Amino acid sequence: MIWLDTLVQGILLGGLYALFAAGLSLVFGIMRLVNLAHGDLIVFAAYLVLVGVTRLGLSPWVAALLAAPLMFALGWLLQSLVLNRVLGKDILPPLLVTFGLSVALQNGLLEAFSADSRRIPAGALERASLDLGLVTIGVMPLLTFASAILAILALNGLFYHTALGRAFRATSDDAVTAGLMGIEPKRVFATATGIAMVVVTLAALYLGMRANFDPSIGPARLIYAFEAVIIGGLGSLWGTLAGGVIIGVAQTFGAALNPEWQILAGHIGFLSVMLLRPRGLFPRAVD
Amino acid sequence: MLLETHSLTANYGQFRALFGVDIAVAAGECVAIIGANGAGKSTLMRSITGVIRNEPGMVLHRSQPIGALSSADVMKRGVAMVPEGRRLFPSLTVEENLLIGGQARKAPGPWNLASVYDLFPILRERRNSSGVALSGGQQQMVAIGRALMSNPELLLCDEISLGLAPVVIRDIYAVLPKVRYAGAAIVVVEQDIGKALAVADRIYCMMEGRVTLVAKASEVTREEIHAAYFGEAA
Repeated sequence: MIWLDTLVQGILLGGLYALFAAGLSLVFGIMRLVNLAHGDLIVFAAYLVLVGVTRLGLSPWVAALLAAPLMFALGWLLQSLVLNRVLGKDILPPLLVTFGLSVALQNGLLEAFSADSRRIPAGALERASLDLGLVTIGVMPLLTFASAILAILALNGLFYHTALGRAFRATSDDAVTAGLMGIEPKRVFATATGIAMVVVTLAALYLGMRANFDPSIGPARLIYAFEAVIIGGLGSLWGTLAGGVIIGVAQTFGAALNPEWQILAGHIGFLSVMLLRPRGLFPRAVD
Repeated sequence: MLLETHSLTANYGQFRALFGVDIAVAAGECVAIIGANGAGKSTLMRSITGVIRNEPGMVLHRSQPIGALSSADVMKRGVAMVPEGRRLFPSLTVEENLLIGGQARKAPGPWNLASVYDLFPILRERRNSSGVALSGGQQQMVAIGRALMSNPELLLCDEISLGLAPVVIRDIYAVLPKVRYAGAAIVVVEQDIGKALAVADRIYCMMEGRVTLVAKASEVTREEIHAAYFGEAA
């Protein structure tokens, strides 16, 4: 039964990776922007929640609720003031700018919070679990997975059933023609990045409650997020969840064989999917 | 005047595509802009709609300078465009393509989803199809309907007959009088001189980035058009 337990833990871990990746997937899907600072923005949001918990004495959930609009504003301003200026046919300038942002964020966090590992205290929830007989499921991983599903449902609802979502898809298809429809692509991009930062806040909440973090761990989270997005097929949110689950399951099975193999097994899982399906599991029909 | 251009110039990098173009469109009027490939017709449309930005005073809408506005701002003032090649959004269904045309500008007027479907009944049947799954003629209907959804004062139609079968072109052109009757002025950009003369009150002929002829459609002769179109006597 150890294998069933490993499988379930892997699937649930995939929820965390899907949360890391959903914001990246959203931004890439709409504006073909690869945000190399995505992992560091997750870590930044985790510190924001931590400040709310430790300095203001809030519960992590309330702190995240307060951090979410701040992160939306940060994303909106980042896109409007910086990233919109470098978006264009050439993909190199936005890569360089977000790489620079990543370095700046890491060093800024190091200056403000030191290199010490931190954790968002979640009280009894940290150790709560459900005994289902064959497997025992941690409440925190279960909440993470449920949040990932809810976040993807909400984003898909926004995408396919609102006027804003129509504007997102139209701008992604053809920004010039979207402009002729009265849509300002730059405003659409800023809103999309703002929404991605709200998802980042959710990812940060679970990252911080489940494990230790310090200013330098952003790039590693970015790799997992990238792999989940690419496995899923660029820009598909359910594909991103599938990608997260594949990496999560590969990691837990790797760890079950030998604890040192956890990270390696995740990357091998990613490479195996790429060998079989180079365009990912659910590639967009139009690119 | 509803729309005017004054000494409008436009460049693509080092290459100048328009050399001081003056046109004017009155409210409710139908104007055709004709010319061969590369005459500057589409560049003129792109300049009017803000895809190419210019000096503010080069394009006037109701005497207000709009030459430097973004295409979204130009559209919100009531200038809607049916772009060359239709340019439907492939990720959107037919109905979503129509809805997006009216979501940024909420103007009162005759056009809404129901009246566009009445104008093109086939689109009602195909409302949940992807826009790009339709035939060329049906795609053109979506592109026109999408532009009408904002209840524009001025509808710009860039080469709406391009690549379509003659019978389809006839059907597409048959709706323009209805659009006009409902209150919009129309500018059609055409290579097909016969089509242009049939619908327009006035024509502008362009060649190599300049207007070479301005005339009433009912009075102009074939010889005059030939000379202006090809730059030589017939």
